[in-house]
Amino acid sequence: MSTVVMEQRKKIHPHKFTLWVGIGSLVMMFAGLTSAYIVKRNQANWQTFDLPQLFWYSTAAILLSSVTIYLAEQAFKQREMQKYRRLLVATLILGTLFIVFQFFGFKQLAAQGLGLGKKVSVDFLYVIVGLHGAHVLGGIIAMTLLFAKAFSSRKRIYNSIPVELVSTYWHFVDVLWIYLLIFLLMIR
Amino acid sequence: MGPDSYREEKKKEMSVATLQHADVHGAHDAHHEHHHHETFITKYVFSQDHKMIARQFLITGIIWAIIGGLFSVIFRLQLGYPESTFPWLEDILGHWAAGGKLKPEFYYALVTMHGTILVFFVLTAGLSGTFANFLIPLQIGARDMASPFLNMLSYWFFFLASIIMFSSLFVQTGPASGGWTIYPPLSALGDASSGAKIGMDLWLVSMAMFIVSSLLGGLNYIATILNMRTKGMSMTRLPLTIWALFFTAVLGVLSFPVLLSGAILLLFDRNLGTSFYLSDIVVAGKILPNEGGSAILFQHLFWFLGHPEVYIILLPAMGMSSEIISVNSRKPIFGYMAMVGSLFAIAILAFLVWAHHMFVTGLNPFLGSVFVLLTLLIAVPSAIKVFNWLTTLWKGSIRFTPGMLFAIGFVSLFISGGLTGIFLGNSALDLHLHDTYFVVAHFHIVMGVASFFGMFAGVYHWFPKMFGRYLNNTLAYIHFWVTIVGAYLIFWPMHYEGLAGMPRRYYDYSNWESFKMFGGLNEFISFVAMIVFAAQLLFVFNFFYSIFKGRKVTTLNPWGSNTLEWTTPIRPGHGNWVGEIPEVHRGAYDYGKDGKEFIPQNTPVGENESHH
Repeated sequence: MSTVVMEQRKKIHPHKFTLWVGIGSLVMMFAGLTSAYIVKRNQANWQTFDLPQLFWYSTAAILLSSVTIYLAEQAFKQREMQKYRRLLVATLILGTLFIVFQFFGFKQLAAQGLGLGKKVSVDFLYVIVGLHGAHVLGGIIAMTLLFAKAFSSRKRIYNSIPVELVSTYWHFVDVLWIYLLIFLLMIR
Repeated sequence: MGPDSYREEKKKEMSVATLQHADVHGAHDAHHEHHHHETFITKYVFSQDHKMIARQFLITGIIWAIIGGLFSVIFRLQLGYPESTFPWLEDILGHWAAGGKLKPEFYYALVTMHGTILVFFVLTAGLSGTFANFLIPLQIGARDMASPFLNMLSYWFFFLASIIMFSSLFVQTGPASGGWTIYPPLSALGDASSGAKIGMDLWLVSMAMFIVSSLLGGLNYIATILNMRTKGMSMTRLPLTIWALFFTAVLGVLSFPVLLSGAILLLFDRNLGTSFYLSDIVVAGKILPNEGGSAILFQHLFWFLGHPEVYIILLPAMGMSSEIISVNSRKPIFGYMAMVGSLFAIAILAFLVWAHHMFVTGLNPFLGSVFVLLTLLIAVPSAIKVFNWLTTLWKGSIRFTPGMLFAIGFVSLFISGGLTGIFLGNSALDLHLHDTYFVVAHFHIVMGVASFFGMFAGVYHWFPKMFGRYLNNTLAYIHFWVTIVGAYLIFWPMHYEGLAGMPRRYYDYSNWESFKMFGGLNEFISFVAMIVFAAQLLFVFNFFYSIFKGRKVTTLNPWGSNTLEWTTPIRPGHGNWVGEIPEVHRGAYDYGKDGKEFIPQNTPVGENESHH
């Protein structure tokens, strides 16, 4: 009997598990889009293009933000709440910077005459990168909620699950961006 | 939040400080026994109780089924009586049936909406939404879903999708009319048809909401089944319903996002001037500037969902039929592990066969033959399942309850519909049969009607648990016999029409010399369709009447079933069990063992008990 109890203790928290399954589902969506890109690329009329320079800055921002949120999570678990709040704010700023760089990156593209509806290859870029941006935005909203909770609440917060969930999701959108970047650089 | 739940939060937080993080939900469970004080809004509308959400899905699904079924009756009027006019049609449809004759545009809209509504809103949301919500926590021994809040959101996204789709029926240019598969370029260009205007955008937005709903639901089902089982409920002790609902959820979570990406690209093509699916098109005498797109790309993305979707619809029906057949044969299910294994095999193969919908798109014949092989492989797990259902029935002490009849009917339909799948899975035969009534007959029997039978079996079997009352048996038997005889009378003749080459989706066959001879047959089919539709209204009456006036359930376990849902009170509250959740000591199918008729899962193993 005791082994059964032990097994139940070791089980992953259901919300975390739900997030992982959800990440699997998001992976399928981007797998669908990137394989559509490959299928289309092998057909006639495919034109290559260069990624906007600003995407490199956004990559730096999101990579750094993964570090800060990792440190924030560690700080929370060690109950260093001041440090946690500072790191959370840093992550929020870096995440917002990412979105801003992506936005102006697209402006650069449009300025080169590669707006939406000009070339299929660039249109794919708009959809794939735009959809990824929407998911980063979702992470920023979740983080803003954590932020509001961390700064407004009088009572002390011990439950680390929400922090861990947001952190996992944030690492995911980071890794997803790296994948997309490498994909778009390699297959063009 | 009531004061109780506030206290609960407090306790939870305090316990977390001292326990490991992973203990949170264990501690949560322990404080969940007391009744919440609920208002009308939290109990019936924005409920987080999985049982109420299940009832919401079921009743919304029933409303959609009436609408979708009525549409088929209206377009069958056109097909069966192409020369006649029906002035009353003008009264309800207005200018779409001017002079009592259905307009071709609206005929297509009706066909499209019939498919969309029944495939997605009834047989996906109404079937797995209802029974996954209702049965998963009850049968695995959990107080509720992993996230009751996401579960509530899942219903309300479905509701939103329903509202949008319903409103599209009333726009001036009509609802989407390019077929439920919405192939571009017809669906991508507003000028292609009246239904390709605002109706198509509403269709896409509604489906996006629907996908969100089914993803939120699916995530929850998977997390609940894997993480929230009661003590002793190992995966191999799960009832087959749960296994089937588990694989259904996995299929949905992995395939719906791909449809979403396909739909997003289509929305871009429609509204933002991109050309993902469009190239070299002349519409309404105008040459379009779109270059470089591929319409076949959409078919790949669509059918990558579309084929698993067939199993999303079918698997819950398989699972429920397995359970109901075993309970009412008073015998263990034959080959439990083979049943699980075949479900698994079907779930894997579901992702590897999508191109059999595309044999005539100019697909490389070699690739086609690979897909033929993979498609025909599905016959193996399907045959295992059929064999096991039949051997479970064999020499059983069968009780012909309405639920049991529908479960046996499911097996019958699955066999007859599955056999024609072997014809269609061959790319050579498909050249002839593609887009004929043979296909219509095949998928209606094996997926549509069969899954409906699984759903009816589930409703008749679990209605006592859902509402604490029984359905009326006489009405149920009439419903069953009219429906099964009617289903065969409607769809069997269609095989002959299809073999003769009669194409689907046509508005009027009477002008074709080759199909004129089917005029009488079409009239017969339409006539039977109306009778079967009337029998479904009988069921709807029985359903709503019995919720309020049905015979009351007086025993905890009316069917003598082993599974955990029958250990709850007759009308379980939120949290399902009063006191501790029962511990599980055995699998779900100990029927007729050691001279006992049935041994519930929570009965400890006796000292001299034999092994099965």
